[in-house]
Amino acid sequence: MLKLLINRCCTALFVLFGSLLAVFSINYFLPTDVVDSLSASNASNPEIAENLRKELGLNQPFYTQFSHYIIGILHGDFGASAIDGEPVIDKIITQFPATLSLTLTSILIAMIVGLTLGVLAAVHQNTVIDYVARVIGLFGISMPTFWSGILLILIFSISLGWFPAMGSEGFSTLVLPSITLGLVGAGFIVRVVRNSMLEIISENFIQTLRAKGLSERMVIYRHALRNALIPAITIIGVIIGDFLGGTVVIETVFARKGIGRLVADAIIAKDLPIVQGVVFFTAIFYVVINLLVDISYSVIDPRIRRQIGR
Amino acid sequence: MRQVISEYKNHKDVTILKKKPMILHSPKFSNIFLWLSILVIIFLGSCSIIPGWITPYTPTTMQADQILQAPSFKHLFGTDYFGRDVFSLVVYGSRASLLVGICAVLVSSLVGSALGMIVGYIGGFMDVIFMRIVEIIQTIPSILLALALAAAMGPSFVNLVIAITISAIPGYARVMRGQILSIKNRPFILASRSIGTPSYIIFLKHILPNSYSPLIVMATNGLGTAILTSAGLSFLGLGVIRDIPDWGLLLSQGRNYLTAGWWIATFPGLAIALFVLAVNIIGDSLRDYFDPKKRIE
Repeated sequence: MLKLLINRCCTALFVLFGSLLAVFSINYFLPTDVVDSLSASNASNPEIAENLRKELGLNQPFYTQFSHYIIGILHGDFGASAIDGEPVIDKIITQFPATLSLTLTSILIAMIVGLTLGVLAAVHQNTVIDYVARVIGLFGISMPTFWSGILLILIFSISLGWFPAMGSEGFSTLVLPSITLGLVGAGFIVRVVRNSMLEIISENFIQTLRAKGLSERMVIYRHALRNALIPAITIIGVIIGDFLGGTVVIETVFARKGIGRLVADAIIAKDLPIVQGVVFFTAIFYVVINLLVDISYSVIDPRIRRQIGR
Repeated sequence: MRQVISEYKNHKDVTILKKKPMILHSPKFSNIFLWLSILVIIFLGSCSIIPGWITPYTPTTMQADQILQAPSFKHLFGTDYFGRDVFSLVVYGSRASLLVGICAVLVSSLVGSALGMIVGYIGGFMDVIFMRIVEIIQTIPSILLALALAAAMGPSFVNLVIAITISAIPGYARVMRGQILSIKNRPFILASRSIGTPSYIIFLKHILPNSYSPLIVMATNGLGTAILTSAGLSFLGLGVIRDIPDWGLLLSQGRNYLTAGWWIATFPGLAIALFVLAVNIIGDSLRDYFDPKKRIE
C-alpha cells in the first residue's frame, strides 16, 4: 500500500509539473499578452507598455520566467493577477467553494440516478425500465449543458418561479445547475454501469451463486454489483475531475461564481497568473481524485489488494 | 452429469436471465431509433449543404414589423429581436456548426490514432514518454484546454478546429495504443513474424484491419463531443464570427431574451441536441455491430 502511495505521488508530481509547463508554454507563445489587453482599454503609448512588460518580467526568456514561477510556487506564492494585482490564491479561495458545492451536489445526483438506473436496466434487460435508462443515458451525454440549463431556467424559474435563475447564494440557486450537471454525469454512469453489470451477470460465478440457492437480491447487489463497480468508480473519478475544472459553461449559464468563470475571464483577458493558478489547482484535484480512485479499487476488489500487498 | 448441469444452466437461462418479455421487447425497437437518427443526420446534413431549398426566408433579412413573433405556420420557430426567422437561422447555422465538428473529428481521429498506433507498435521508451504527455494533457479538462487554445490563437475557423483537435487527440491515441498492444502479441502476429514477414506488411495487413473498429465507434461518438465543444466555445463567445451565426452563438444570443421569447434559445439548442443524440445512437449501433459477443446473439 505504502509502495503504491509513494509511486503514485512521484507520478503525480511529474504530471503536475508537466501540466504547469504545458499551460505556461501555451501562454508564453501567445501572440498577445496581458499588456496588450490592458493597453487596449487605456490606449497607452508603446513606451509605457514596454515599461510595464519589464516590470511584470514579461520580456525575460522562457526558462527564467518559468523557473521564477516554480520557485514562487515552492514558497507558496502563486503570483498576483496581472490586471488588479490581487494574489491568485486569494481569488481561487474565494471562488472555489461555489464550484466545489456545485460539483459535489451534481456528482451526488449523478451517482444516485446513474447507479440505480444502471443496475435496474441490467437486471431487467430489454424491458421498459431498460429502455428508459438507456434513453436517459443517451440524453445525458447528448444534451449540451448550456441548452438543458436554459430549458430548466425556462420551466422552473421563468414559468413556475420555483428556483432562482441565477446567482450563487444559498441552496436554492444550487438546485437547477446541479440537476443540469448531474444529468450529464448520470448519463455516463448509467451507460457504464449497465454494460459492466450485463457482462458480470452473464459470468459463470453468478450462475454458481444462483445454483447454491442464494436469493436473487443477494446475487445482484452483493456479488454482481460489487464486481461491476470498478468501471463505475473509474468514470466517476473522471467526471469529478471534469466537473471541477469544466464547470465554465454551466457557471456562465447560471451566472454563478466559481473557478470556471474565473479562468474563462482570465483566459480572455490574458491574465496569465490566474490561468496557471487555476489549472495547477484543478490538476492537483485531478491527481488526488485519481489516487483515491486507485485506492478504492483495492478496497472493493480483494484481488487488487493482494496484488499490491505482494 | 455434464448433461444435467447444462440442462440446469439452460433452465436457469430461461427463467432468470431472460425475464418475461414486456412491451417494447423487440429488436426492431432500437432499429426504429437507428433509422430515425439516420434521417435526422440526413436532414441536418442537407440543411448545411442546400439551406436555400429548405427554408423560404434568408436568415439575414430583418423584418422590422415581425419582431419577437411566437412560433406559427408562417415562422415555424418564431422570429427574433431583429425580426429574423429563427428556423432559417437554425437551418443556415448548421453549416458552420457541423463543418467545425466534422473537420475536428477527421483530423483528431487520424492524427490521434496514427500516434497511438506508432507508439503502441514500437513501444519501449517512446511509449512511456508519450503516455506521460497524454496523461499531462488529460489533467486539464478538455473544455478548458480548448478554451485556452482558442483564446490564444484567436477566433478563426482553422484555429477553432485546431483547438478542438488538440483536446481530443489524447483520447484517440490512448484507445488505439491499447488496441495495438492487445493485438501485437497474439499468436497469428507472432506466426507471421516468424515466417519473416516485414514489419510494415504485418502492420498494414494484420494489425490495421483488426484494430480499426473501436476507432470508428469512437470517432462517431467523438463527432457528437466535437460539436458540443464547438457550440460551447461559440456560446462562450470564442467561436468564429460570421454574418450567419452558428448554433452555439444563436443560443447564447437567445439567452438574453428568455423572458421575451423562449423560442430563440430553445430551437438552436434542440438542433444541437438532436444531432448529437442521433450521432450517439449511430455510434452505439456501430459498437454493437462490431462487438463479436453481440453478433453471436
